[in-house]
Amino acid sequence: MSTTLNLKLKVWRQESADDVGAFEYYDVAVADDASFLEMLDYVNEGLILDDREPIAFDHDCREGICGSCSLMIDGQAHGPQKGTATCQLFMRKFSDGDEIVVEPWRAAGFPLVKDLAVNRAAFDRIIEAGGYISVNTGAAPDANITLVPKEAADAAMDAAACIGCGACVAACPNSAGNLFTAAKLQHLNLLPQGQPERLARTEAMVEKMEEFFGSCTNHGECQEACPKEISVDFIAMMNRDYLKAKLANRKRSGQKKFG
Amino acid sequence: MTQATESRPGADAPEVNGPPKQSRFWIVEFYSSAIGKKWVMALTGIGLMGFVLVHMVGNLKMFLGRTEFDHYAESLRTLLYPIFPHGVVLWIFRIGLIVMFGFHIHSAYTLTRMNHRARPIKYQSPRDYVAVTFASRTMRWTGIIIGLYLIFHLADLTWGFANPDFVRGAAYDNLVASFERWPIAIIYILANIALGIHLFHGGWSIFQSTGMNNPRYNSARRGFAAGFAILVAGINCLFPIAVLAGVVH
Ligand code: HEM
Ligand code: SF4
Ligand code: FES
Repeated sequence: MSTTLNLKLKVWRQESADDVGAFEYYDVAVADDASFLEMLDYVNEGLILDDREPIAFDHDCREGICGSCSLMIDGQAHGPQKGTATCQLFMRKFSDGDEIVVEPWRAAGFPLVKDLAVNRAAFDRIIEAGGYISVNTGAAPDANITLVPKEAADAAMDAAACIGCGACVAACPNSAGNLFTAAKLQHLNLLPQGQPERLARTEAMVEKMEEFFGSCTNHGECQEACPKEISVDFIAMMNRDYLKAKLANRKRSGQKKFG
Repeated sequence: MTQATESRPGADAPEVNGPPKQSRFWIVEFYSSAIGKKWVMALTGIGLMGFVLVHMVGNLKMFLGRTEFDHYAESLRTLLYPIFPHGVVLWIFRIGLIVMFGFHIHSAYTLTRMNHRARPIKYQSPRDYVAVTFASRTMRWTGIIIGLYLIFHLADLTWGFANPDFVRGAAYDNLVASFERWPIAIIYILANIALGIHLFHGGWSIFQSTGMNNPRYNSARRGFAAGFAILVAGINCLFPIAVLAGVVH
């Protein structure tokens, strides 16, 4: 049996990036087994029936794997539950009568599009700068021909869990993009397939990241906000790789700068 | 090899910090990046931590009395004498410290500016932080306090113009005369508490900034930072307290 929660929502509304925004208040009665996004759907249905503009927010898979959903909920990125994306956050986390404040991610690197939706194209630019490996086409290689140590495979998988949601940037007091970039860098840098382009990739992705975001001061907020619980250990690895990339004799190892 | 993707106005990534600096010299490019500056902050931080540790240990000599302490102060000037002339090695250390301070402060300033640029519009509702500490949130303020205190400290006990009883060369008497004035003693104590707070975060941050990350010792990194901060700042606070209490006179 589900119970009904009566909640007061305080939601950031803003027509466009050039507009001034403000909080607006909505009352909503919702079953406690609804997800946070379903709760917003109910609010929007009511708004549409009233001929009012629905709240814009990003979402897609609603199963915690695509990285589309966002939202700063009561001052925490993806809300109060650790290791959980907003789409996987359920209303039973809240109590009857609560006031819930919902704000968009705020960072210069993530300009606001409308209401709670922001533009995360900066992350795509970082991936384009080097978040891939180059593979020549031809006959398919034999399975298991490249040996991967179990520990390296595990660590790379941990990093590869990043869904690119941007909560790390949103939660960081400096709007730093280091956790995302480190995850996307290290899941390749830890594997044999990532070695040929390792140094060039590190340099290109780090320097692209720094075009958009702030700098890391090792607060550790990102790791707490991350729905995939990516560890700040990867940031330390990235820092080490960046020095190596700058130091390395790239002429000799055949690596030039990307892009 | 950037993939050419179509750019649509308003849908593309914003301009925030501009493109990376290109230079013939890798070290210039390295320092112009934020991660490079964090390396420099960490390495200069380690150097300055070495300095405050040695400085603290040296000052413990005040508990051995005037002769020992003045002899220690003079021995700094005759380090490696007669291989180097009188005072030269001390000046080499001083120049090293000034350079380290300069880079530490310059990177702190530049990164702070960058961080402010990165969030021009603040959150409009209160944040509920999980991981930040008081120390990590106040690095720039504790840093500024240390910087101002350093200037005062030099004016008080090295140059002497902030100390009415200053006599050049009489290190022990100058120190006692200064700490016997309780407002001065309190300045020293407060500044060292700020130093301790700075090092509580800084001492752990250096490990991350320089990629010293290993499951074998990761759990000890916070402990090292806390231990170092308490050791240095704690004993430094003891000096003015010892003078006020009449233990050193
Ligand atoms: C005028 C004086 C100083 C200022 C303005 C200053 C400022 C700062 C700031 C803002 C940070 C944070 C950087 C970041 O996390 O991004 C920092 C880090 C640090 N500071 Fe200082 N500081 C000063 C003096 C000192 C002194 C005297 C010491 C050592 C005894 C020291 C040791 C450290 C260490 C170890 C770090 C950590 C470096 C890292 O993040 O990797 N600082 N400083
Ligand atoms: S590191 Fe975590 S918080 Fe950052 S983008 Fe990836 S999944 Fe989201
Ligand atoms: S909507 Fe896909 S992760 Fe939340």
